[in-house]
Amino acid sequence: MDQQHDAAKLGMWIFILSELMLFGGLFVAYTIYRILDPDMFYNAHRELNLTLGTLNTAILITSSVTIALAIHFMQLGRKSKTIILLFCTLGLAAVFLFIKYLEYSHKFELGQLPGKFYTYTGVAGTNPHIFFSIYFLMTGLHALHIIGGMIVISLMIRKTAKNAFSSVYYTPLELTGLYWHLVDIIWIFLFPLLYLIG
Amino acid sequence: MNQNSNTHVGHISPVRVYLLVGAALLIFTAMTVKVSTIQLGPWNAVAALAIASAKALLVALFFMHLLYDRKMYAVVVSSAVIMLGFLLALTMADILKRGDIYPYQSQPIKPQAEIYSPAKPDTSGVAKDTAAADTGAVKK
Repeated sequence: MDQQHDAAKLGMWIFILSELMLFGGLFVAYTIYRILDPDMFYNAHRELNLTLGTLNTAILITSSVTIALAIHFMQLGRKSKTIILLFCTLGLAAVFLFIKYLEYSHKFELGQLPGKFYTYTGVAGTNPHIFFSIYFLMTGLHALHIIGGMIVISLMIRKTAKNAFSSVYYTPLELTGLYWHLVDIIWIFLFPLLYLIG
Repeated sequence: MNQNSNTHVGHISPVRVYLLVGAALLIFTAMTVKVSTIQLGPWNAVAALAIASAKALLVALFFMHLLYDRKMYAVVVSSAVIMLGFLLALTMADILKRGDIYPYQSQPIKPQAEIYSPAKPDTSGVAKDTAAADTGAVKK
């Protein structure tokens, strides 16, 4: 029924907005520390790999397009295309996580770690570990959301393959898409804030 | 309303729309990287956030279908975004203007600060004093 669909979708939106508030708190923490110590933030952000960051942005945007198209083809009742596009989304998410792993492992080796684990000495400025605490907290929480999304997308592939959806009933697929777009939107803000400090 | 009570038909956008919006998002990404290399002072942050907001708006309107769905969703989403805006604006009003009251100087967090080595319950009075002083340093 339309009413059931609307209720499910509104519930998903409220969940998405509560996620936004969760990240919102971290954005506020970022704002405070960047205003207090702009030079340290500038120096520390130069340690991040801009090429990998830009690549990851492009990958996540593409994955948003593929999941949107997956839902589009389910609306048209073309199940096999939906499954292929969901697998594309899953693959792109895995590539995103792999690149994130490369970035993280490089920072682990250099000792660019949050808080008291920070041992790197190459960043000029006071308390550079604050930048890396914020970096790891925000990107780490985002990566957890990617992993969660991948689990849900896998379940959706299974359900689609089992003919659970049709052109007139695809609400779970639609809600998964909404969640995945939220993960994309959060990265859209994280990318310039962390990698592109002028 | 559908005749079959178990169904729902949503808005169907043509494939073209998704591909065009995706292309626009990629162009915006290239643009924001390019703009960050130009020295604009404080306007760099403004430009980066403006582009990011434009991208987020595109995703929300076209991918998340806020543009085609019932306006109720748009109202709910805007109210949350406005609240987040209040949170950020009031925080910035505080932090940016704090220097007018007393000059802020960032100090390194001392390695012996309480967050690094929590005070043990059986420490002497002297150790407690040091811990208290360190907590003060962290708060600054």
